[in-house]
Amino acid sequence: MKRRDYLKFIGVGSISAGLLLESCKTDGSDAAPSTTDAAEAPEGASDIITAGREQHEIDRDKRLLSETFFNEHEMATIAILADIIIPKDEVSGSATEAEVPAFIEFIVKDLPEHQVPMRGGLRWLDLECYGRFEKAFVDCTPGQRLQVVDDIAYPAKAKPEMSQGVTFFNKMRDLTATGFYTTQMGWDDIGYKGNTPNTYTGVPDDVLEAFGVKDMNWG
Amino acid sequence: MSNFQIKKKPTVYDAIIVGSGAGGGMAGYVLSQAGLKVLMLEAGPFYDPKLHSFQMLPPWASLRRGAGTTRAFGEFDAAMGGWQIDGEPYTAAEGTEFHWFRSHMLGGRTNHWGRISLRFGPNDFKGKSYDGVGDDWPISYDDVKPYYDKIDVMLGIYGTKEGLPNDPDGIFMKPPKPRLHEILIKKAGQKIGVPVIPGRGSVLTEDLKDPNSGRQKCWYCGQCGRACKIYGDFSSSSCLVIPAQTKHSLELECNAMVREVLTDQNGQATGVSYVSKDDGQEYQVMGKTVILAASACSSARIMLNSKSSRHPNGIGNGSGAVGKYLHDSTGVAMGGIMPSLLDRKRYNEDGVGSVHILSPWWLDNKKAKLDFPRGYHIEYWGGMGDPAYGFGFGIQGINGKYPTKDGQTKEAGGYGASLKQDYRRFYGANVGMAGRGTGLALESNYCEIDPNKVDKWGIPVLRFNYKWTDAEILQAKHMQETFQEMMKAMGADITWGIQGKENNYGLEAPGRIIHEVGTVRMGDDPKKAPLNKWCQSHEVKNLFVTDGGPIVQQGDKNCTWTILALSMRTAEYIVEQKKQNNI
Repeated sequence: MKRRDYLKFIGVGSISAGLLLESCKTDGSDAAPSTTDAAEAPEGASDIITAGREQHEIDRDKRLLSETFFNEHEMATIAILADIIIPKDEVSGSATEAEVPAFIEFIVKDLPEHQVPMRGGLRWLDLECYGRFEKAFVDCTPGQRLQVVDDIAYPAKAKPEMSQGVTFFNKMRDLTATGFYTTQMGWDDIGYKGNTPNTYTGVPDDVLEAFGVKDMNWG
Repeated sequence: MSNFQIKKKPTVYDAIIVGSGAGGGMAGYVLSQAGLKVLMLEAGPFYDPKLHSFQMLPPWASLRRGAGTTRAFGEFDAAMGGWQIDGEPYTAAEGTEFHWFRSHMLGGRTNHWGRISLRFGPNDFKGKSYDGVGDDWPISYDDVKPYYDKIDVMLGIYGTKEGLPNDPDGIFMKPPKPRLHEILIKKAGQKIGVPVIPGRGSVLTEDLKDPNSGRQKCWYCGQCGRACKIYGDFSSSSCLVIPAQTKHSLELECNAMVREVLTDQNGQATGVSYVSKDDGQEYQVMGKTVILAASACSSARIMLNSKSSRHPNGIGNGSGAVGKYLHDSTGVAMGGIMPSLLDRKRYNEDGVGSVHILSPWWLDNKKAKLDFPRGYHIEYWGGMGDPAYGFGFGIQGINGKYPTKDGQTKEAGGYGASLKQDYRRFYGANVGMAGRGTGLALESNYCEIDPNKVDKWGIPVLRFNYKWTDAEILQAKHMQETFQEMMKAMGADITWGIQGKENNYGLEAPGRIIHEVGTVRMGDDPKKAPLNKWCQSHEVKNLFVTDGGPIVQQGDKNCTWTILALSMRTAEYIVEQKKQNNI
């Protein structure tokens, strides 16, 4: 199918997630891990905080957990993108290891302003890939994926015709980073040391010295 | 036949207190300690920080990672309610704006407040005498000082003696040590003549004098906004109401939404009527004295809704001033990045959840030839905090601007291992500041009863009329200029907050700072003010108001410590008057 035909196909409004998914055989090496936890998660409802909350907050969480926003194809795309943005390195694991896709599934239900930009952005990405490789993003080779990502990941040097893709990737990067660094893995990666009982004893001496402010300390 | 009825409670109380925040909690504590039979009515549920606080939950315990979807200050913030409460609307007159943050829960907004605890100064009580603007209070700093002193010792506050003329020193515990960015801010302030002093907050950096307070020293999680499980900071719930219940037999009725104050044929208060949110039933309860402490606007609402032949404009409102002179603090904020803090060493710098430093207002308006009256103080933030929703957003706006340690300048945006290094590089390099200043108490800024709307309990709701004037807008302009200068002196790059005339220089809309006060003001002249200098109704001798309502004109300070001091003063007056059988 040529890109124009594909667009026509979408134009009739009949494309279903299932159809697109049928043609989506990932190539193995960075196949998306299972990312449907959020969608399947009613048992996660038992983890909802109740003490100190109002009933409408608890009800909202239960309702959102029972709903599904992204389809499997979208979730698979999100998982691959998330791991491109935050891959495993020598310091910490990857976005999917930190269950970032499940967070993204939840947060777009919680903050619906993300829904259209995310859904539309994912579709934009597939169309872009289709135009170049006649394949959806998930069906592309890792090299093909990065070819597209490279064109939308650098706002200052991206071509003007890539602007919608840049906007989408900015959002995807934001949600991935937030989802990753708000986990134990993210804490360890960033080196956050707090959220624990202690006595604050001030700035360490070597830091005061490095900044030349040892004489300005107090307390 | 309908079974609708109003149930009358059999007990007659010495005092009924409406509201359990700072003003209600303090009055309840003092009166019950003095042996009075006290009933406190709270519109929301019971709340005990020990049982209900979200303190030290990690971000992943929140499905939304702390996003402010249902709580404006984030999922873990202690305050229930918020800017809008389902079924309890408020309105604003056309062309005006007001935002009203309500927290119906035991302790009210003191469960989440910033604990920044500043006394009003001598000039704040006598503003008109000082610079000709507004009205003087009927009392002076010297009248309130003994109560500030008492609450300092009773509740605990840290700070340092600075000897400033209009920012009086208190009885302080030692302040928390500064964090790195705070030392750098102080250094910058020295360059441009903005004083930076250790903060003043109601957090226990030392043991309280009272060995039976049930409160523990701060454990430095930096999460006062979540309310404190060990009662290490001041909340009315943990430090006043719950102790008054357990030690002094204060009776507490939660989920009791008060409609109006009941009166006898002489117009004196006999009790209140309320709807129970638990069973939906209507109740009346009788008391010899009624104390309103439902928050400045809610108390005004109750008074305006308490109409009778003796009080056609609402109880105690012969002056017509109830609801008027509503004023909030001004607020402007700015943030940025300090390149000197990139790639910084990691350690725990959570500190206390209140401020470690602040800049009290430092200028003489006349000498500095300023085009606005009064001033503002500055609060600062920064450091290596707990990541929450929003962490990492917008990295493409900064990661192309600053060379890495090895001198490489990257292309903005990106992904992968290189991007991960950037999140680490920028972590803890954010700084920001916010001004909190004097908004003027004006008769033209007010809340009133909306003639066309009731809430789901059938209670007529408030309609707000509030517009900033040049006094506040020009003050905001001065904040803009100061903050930009400060950021420059810090070597920081501003990433947000620069605003011009078209946006009132970033001045927050009225109500947004949540320091709304002044709606039931004190004054010696009954024709001009509803309350006398004891926060007692001129017309209804057994009716008092002890929240932010009585404040004639707030200073460039947060109002809670003053609400507590005034409430204690009024409560002691009530005890004295009862002894003399005057009320």
